[in-house]
Amino acid sequence: MANIHPAGVFDTTYEEDMSVDRTPRDKLWKNLAFVALLLVPLLSVSGPLGLISDQYVGLIARIAIFVIAAQGLNILVGYTGQISLGHAAFMAIGAYSSAILARELGFTFWTALPVSAVLTGLIGLFFGLPSLRVKGFYLAMATLAAQFIIPWVLRYPLEGITGGTRPLNVPAPLIGPFASYADDPIDDATPLVFQAGDPYLVDVISLELGRVDGAQPAIELRNPSGDIVPPGDFNMTVFRDADGELTGFSYIATKPGEYAVTATAEAGATAFRARVRRGKALSFATETAMYYIIVPLSVFLMFLARNIARTRTGRAFISVRDNDLAAELLGINVFGYKLRAFFLSAVYAGIAGCLLAYERNSLSLDMFRLDISIEMLAMLIIGGAGYPLGALFGVTFIRVLQEAAIPALRPWLLEILPVLFPFIEVVNITSAINPILFGGALIVFLVLEPRGIAHRWEVLKVAWKIRPYAY
Amino acid sequence: MPVKLHVDNVSLSFGGIKALQDVDFQVEAGEIYAVIGPNGAGKTSLINSINGFYAPQQGRIIFDGRDMTHIPPYKRAELGISRTFQNIALYTNATVLDNLMAARHIHMKSNMLTGALFWGPAQREEIAHRRLVEEIIDFLELEHIRKSIVGTLSYGLRKRVELGRALALEPSLLLLDEPMAGMNVEEKEDMARYILDIHELQGTTIMLIEHDIGLVMDISHHIAVIDFGLKIGEGSPDEISRNEAVIAAYLGEGER
Repeated sequence: MANIHPAGVFDTTYEEDMSVDRTPRDKLWKNLAFVALLLVPLLSVSGPLGLISDQYVGLIARIAIFVIAAQGLNILVGYTGQISLGHAAFMAIGAYSSAILARELGFTFWTALPVSAVLTGLIGLFFGLPSLRVKGFYLAMATLAAQFIIPWVLRYPLEGITGGTRPLNVPAPLIGPFASYADDPIDDATPLVFQAGDPYLVDVISLELGRVDGAQPAIELRNPSGDIVPPGDFNMTVFRDADGELTGFSYIATKPGEYAVTATAEAGATAFRARVRRGKALSFATETAMYYIIVPLSVFLMFLARNIARTRTGRAFISVRDNDLAAELLGINVFGYKLRAFFLSAVYAGIAGCLLAYERNSLSLDMFRLDISIEMLAMLIIGGAGYPLGALFGVTFIRVLQEAAIPALRPWLLEILPVLFPFIEVVNITSAINPILFGGALIVFLVLEPRGIAHRWEVLKVAWKIRPYAY
Repeated sequence: MPVKLHVDNVSLSFGGIKALQDVDFQVEAGEIYAVIGPNGAGKTSLINSINGFYAPQQGRIIFDGRDMTHIPPYKRAELGISRTFQNIALYTNATVLDNLMAARHIHMKSNMLTGALFWGPAQREEIAHRRLVEEIIDFLELEHIRKSIVGTLSYGLRKRVELGRALALEPSLLLLDEPMAGMNVEEKEDMARYILDIHELQGTTIMLIEHDIGLVMDISHHIAVIDFGLKIGEGSPDEISRNEAVIAAYLGEGER
């Protein structure tokens, strides 16, 4: 729907007519909403003000992640009229590739994010190829293949790097290390003991082994629990020379407390020199810190999607959706734009997957099952497919229903449902509440407002803007 | 006059049905060329072959001296062929403005990345093309429905929007597939006026399919008559009205 401007506001240039936020008041509201969103962690229990439960910080972060994924699906389903049942699998590619790039190849979060997004985009492009020949239901079946093939590939052929069915640890995003505050030489048998591991400003401990005569010294790092950190720990990067001999390591101390580095010369070895350097780095290990990566990125990606939708590429997408024959005959390379939509959609899914991996710090294939793909489609239908805010409304509605409304209603439902359905066991009722309410919401929306919450919102917005006139 | 479009011995069949058989004619640059014929004669198949939507089994489509037979449809649009459809094929869930802007596609340069940022050149491009589209809106008197969703418009308006979309592509050859079907006399006259204006103001070559013989005789320079996939007559409106075969097949014996 076109942008309707408030009664009494007249445009004198096309630029004004095209603008999303026409009046200073529109801009102010939007900016205030963004600032309010950024203030939420400060209000939480772990923040300085302590007003709202920490649970809501996590909830908003997860909503923001799924808004990105659902917006990707919106580009494909809502704007371009294609369909994908493999969206969760694309998220899995983003999640696993970003984690593996960081674990195996030493990428930082900041480089792993764009690389994994583009990789996911290319794989999405590949699974979009059937759209050349098939549409609708048949395309849904073809994309379902992605949902089965991708997790299978991650689980079995790539088990060596993905860990298969076991959870995969993901290092926290870091900025830095930007300052080194201590540089201590260590020698035989005297441990270097120090305090480290502030959750926001973590310590990066790096050990450099200088000249070694004879056998290598045995080097140990003990964490605050008193355990020796094994070289395979995912916070540790080990450096070796061409012969495979240890030359040093770098370790990110995330746990607060007392650390100790010990170097012991082997019997018969003469001398070694080692230095332990400690630097500070900004860590995003905590939920609150990740919030400040996730939420602004989500807002930014929504902004990009909105602009794509209202410019040349977006109009080509809409043309393909509404009438692919006319689009082709009027100069739009239909297949090319379908592939662009698949690419863009998968890029969004990849970014969402990557953020999910780094937010949870741990990955498992169970997070990307088929029902997540279907749930995202349902969220989009409830929110309003083909509307710029459809993804936001749909994800927020479902997540709030699942994570805030249902837990609040649960005691009441548990009292009333066994009375209404005495023939069903209480245990079964408990596990069924969530899917029943989710399914119920979906049916209500399909029947009463198939165009979704976003459509209702636009109607309300127009009515509000043109007041006091009726039309 | 140079030849704008040469349909060179085109034959098209679907299984055993011969939609077009050795159809051959030339459209001169700057003229209004009409194709008439009974329902099912193969007129729309002809336009679809020119557009590239159907691939003829035999013959060539030559546009501006260039053989286009194997060029995909969207590239033919880039060369300057635009069209309207018999059963309106607009982008129903988009606004009139977006429908017209979508037809500017081939003239615009912004891509996913520059469009996403909507900054600098991409924004200036949007505004420049918006200005051109607004001229078409003025010309076709669509100002009041500029921001309406096409799906909510009446049939007559949709026909006009579709003509506008075809024009927004800035074609040198405009194919109109029954632009006046299902319209009343006033609407037909309006449409005829628009077609004549387009022809006069922009010098666009127009090829149209139409059933209203009186109207076709009035506005076109040359007429081809097709029946059962065969061209049975061609010439100026006067020649056609005297052509025996055409009268027998189309105008009716009794009217002589």
